[in-house]
Amino acid sequence: MTGIAEPPPQPLATPPPASAAALRVEDLSLSYVVRGIPRPVLRGVSFEVRPGESYGLVGESGCGKSTTAYAAVRYLPRNAVITGGRILVAGDDVTKMTDEQVRRFRMHHASMVYQDPGAALNPTTKIGPQVAEAFTVLGQNRREAHASALRAMERVQIADPERVFQRYPHQLSGGMQQRIVIAMALASDPKLLVLDEPTTGLDATVEASVLDLVRKLQAETNAAVLLIAHNLGVIRSICDRVGVMYAGKIVEEGDAAAVFEQPKHPYTLGLLRSLPRRGIRKSQKALATIPGSLPQIGADLPACVFVDRCPLATEICRTVEPPPFDVGPGRTSRCHHIDRLGEIVEPAAVVGQDTVQGDLALTLANVSKTFHQSGHDVPALVKVDLTLFDGETLGLVGESGSGKSTLARTILGIESPDVGGEMELDEHRLDARSMQRPTEDKRSIQMVFQNPESALNRGWTARHILARSVSKLTGLKGKAVNARVDKLAADLRLTQRHLDLKPRQLSGGLKQRVAIARAFAGDPRIVVADEPTSALDVSVQAAILNLLSELQTENKTSYLLISHDLGVVRYLADRIAVMYLGRIMEVGESENVFHGPNHPYTEALLSAIPTVDGEPAARIRLEGEIPSPANPPSGCVFHTRCHRFIQGLCEVTEPPLIEVEPGHLMKCHIPVDELRRLQAKARQEDVVLTTPPEALEAAAAIAADDPG
Amino acid sequence: MAGSIALTPEQMPGPAAVSERSRARREMLRLLVRRKAFIIGSLVILFWVICAILGERITPYDPFNAFFLPGHQPPSPAHLFGTDRIGRDVLSRVMVGARDVLIVAPLAAILGVVSGTLLGLVMGYYRGIVDDILSRLVEAFLALPVILVALLTLVVLGSSSIVVICVVGILFAPIVARTVRSAVLSERQLDYVTAAKLRGESGLFILSQEIFPNVLGPTVVELTVRFGYAIFTVATLSFLGVGLQPPSPDWGLTVSQEYTNMISGKWWPTTFPALAIASTVIAVNLIADSLQSVLSE
Repeated sequence: MTGIAEPPPQPLATPPPASAAALRVEDLSLSYVVRGIPRPVLRGVSFEVRPGESYGLVGESGCGKSTTAYAAVRYLPRNAVITGGRILVAGDDVTKMTDEQVRRFRMHHASMVYQDPGAALNPTTKIGPQVAEAFTVLGQNRREAHASALRAMERVQIADPERVFQRYPHQLSGGMQQRIVIAMALASDPKLLVLDEPTTGLDATVEASVLDLVRKLQAETNAAVLLIAHNLGVIRSICDRVGVMYAGKIVEEGDAAAVFEQPKHPYTLGLLRSLPRRGIRKSQKALATIPGSLPQIGADLPACVFVDRCPLATEICRTVEPPPFDVGPGRTSRCHHIDRLGEIVEPAAVVGQDTVQGDLALTLANVSKTFHQSGHDVPALVKVDLTLFDGETLGLVGESGSGKSTLARTILGIESPDVGGEMELDEHRLDARSMQRPTEDKRSIQMVFQNPESALNRGWTARHILARSVSKLTGLKGKAVNARVDKLAADLRLTQRHLDLKPRQLSGGLKQRVAIARAFAGDPRIVVADEPTSALDVSVQAAILNLLSELQTENKTSYLLISHDLGVVRYLADRIAVMYLGRIMEVGESENVFHGPNHPYTEALLSAIPTVDGEPAARIRLEGEIPSPANPPSGCVFHTRCHRFIQGLCEVTEPPLIEVEPGHLMKCHIPVDELRRLQAKARQEDVVLTTPPEALEAAAAIAADDPG
Repeated sequence: MAGSIALTPEQMPGPAAVSERSRARREMLRLLVRRKAFIIGSLVILFWVICAILGERITPYDPFNAFFLPGHQPPSPAHLFGTDRIGRDVLSRVMVGARDVLIVAPLAAILGVVSGTLLGLVMGYYRGIVDDILSRLVEAFLALPVILVALLTLVVLGSSSIVVICVVGILFAPIVARTVRSAVLSERQLDYVTAAKLRGESGLFILSQEIFPNVLGPTVVELTVRFGYAIFTVATLSFLGVGLQPPSPDWGLTVSQEYTNMISGKWWPTTFPALAIASTVIAVNLIADSLQSVLSE
């Protein structure tokens, strides 16, 4: 265990007395014992959160941020051993409590909200009794508990709580479930609230409203909030202060805005530069990557934990542990070379090209797809017209359930569209089913999956996976196959050693490279990428995005990119299509769609994304849930949630998809000039727009009609 | 870019891949050897296998020849397990009795697992009408009591080792098929199966090359479990008189011939073969349990 240089060489801002902090972690060291060997995961973590303050922990997966959060409420696995330091919550040392004391402590002082609200709620108990139970354990009788539960529901802005009380968790949406979990966590009026990736599984629009709620509740309760999130934008939008963790140490700490604007540690700088931010595009610059990978858990580390990946490292970094240098009011950074941060240059190389519309690669005309579920028709795609040009990237965005994946699967021939739709590849008809397509067509359309874990056969080596695809798609034999595999591997920066490994021996980023190499095995015309980077850490994501745009420039491949991360879409996509309930609501050139005027739904989606830059955007909060595709609203399908709803028009007639400016199509009754004026006005006035009551009434009427 | 790291063809099939496979196998063996249950189970089975192979060469007496002694001598230093009703040495007969059951039971288990796995693969992968029809058939089979069906078949076809193997194997197949089917169902949802379809692989290739190796673990476990049940079933059939025939020293047969003498206090010719059956079944299950937990780690 490395020691901590206690008396810092430079004066630190004097820490406030221990009693002022709601949570104070002092020099915490923790190991997991694996097969009898202790493996250190936290190496002297110190920070504090004051009442009413929110503190964010960021870092790549495996850096120890979740372990720190769980240690704070002492929810640790059995093999975890605290090897040093203290955790004080409201002055009590959590590490020294007996089991009974821990129970009382969790009952009264600390609460936790988990990533998956569906798993946090008991599936066999109705919401009412479940929420009330959070109050009965505090000693309230049934009637009091019921009244408290109702108040708790109002607190988390659940309309019609009595109705919700009668439901089971699986009957509610993810956003609703998370509100209920938060309501239960706040039942005891805790001094400390730990949120572990609270919005990770939620759609952007829902995420925005949950984050709004957390912000509001924090102001009300004056609880200290400890937030763990891998999404730096979420941290930026909620947290006052932030700690950046690396290999079990906080390497940089300070005011959230300041840290994200002006990072003072090479790791923070690397993380931020690997994000596609401020609307940059592939044609402007490549994303920075952090070379190397996080050290193995329990690895023996040199004095500075980041030295092996740091471009500034010198001899001193290996011998002297950097203390938390004071780098500004309330800011510290554990780096010997803060003055040399400017030497880290951003990559200048441009990796991609913007593609001007060339030849048509793929055309979809009037493509619909209806699923049949227990007697109901569920239209997942409704009369989709779409074109994909040679060498361009078309970004496909929309909330979950909007039909993005169904569209991709239809193009790939995994799902066959309803009769009447036409798909053409290079001006010849494309068979509906992949099995019936000639090899040439199979070779031409390939896919990169979201989860490389599941996309690669765990029993095969990377070489076997690639060689099989090459020989199957190109018809090459023998040595030619090996040569092609080597070429693919080289293009994706995979070494010969990587090729001989099985997927479980490769890191997430390397696995995704193998999966991308496989898609490129037959020199495809079109690659469908379904959330290709959402399972990866940001620094790995940057490398994958760079490779994707490089491959596109080299091979003139067209991409259909599905992603919920609008930063990623903006970086890669030349054009964007926005989907809602199986319909294309808007399609146009990327910059036009982002800058507007854009469809009200697009406008809402864009405003929902928390950005790491804290850029002001018109705040639009969509109310209500995405309607069921089995029972779509009349007229414009978006009218039940639209903040620009026009009564008497939108719920009556469905607007056509019309060209509002060259190459920019939109499905909205409001004329484009009017939209331009309204949206400019919203930006200037900085108001919060929500769904008007008339639209919600229309939504309620539809919900009442729904036989399901 | 490709040229700089291209290798000569001789280097292509990576020796690393081979050593990786043997390394994984070694690692699994290491985990198994650390389990007491596995060691005990293996030692017991090893003991019976040695008895079965060496048979008469290591028994203290000839298991088939009666002494001209009165039968039912209680255990004594000369006859550790006593003698049976016609004066044969029980210890010798128990040792040689391992032979028949250790030939018949594994073959029956292998037949059941191989046919069940094939059935399960087809059912799990093709789903739809194929699965519906086969599943109903399998369920109908599962509803039949194994011993009763085996008894009837053996009475009709006459008992011989081959018939016992076939009957027990076929009766086990549906049980195995169900296990394999559910493993295939979760496997076929993974994206690598979609990827294989997208490059135009046939169903046969996907099943045999892509999915089957990944469901091998449950199949191996199923094989050991079925082996345990097969020993039991074969012993039961012999006990009922339709399995192996006299003068075989088979354990189940011996028990059936001698159990009536329990009442008159002559416990040894029944108890020792019965313990032999129990030890083998328990040993096989200990091995199966260890395999299962190592594979799921």
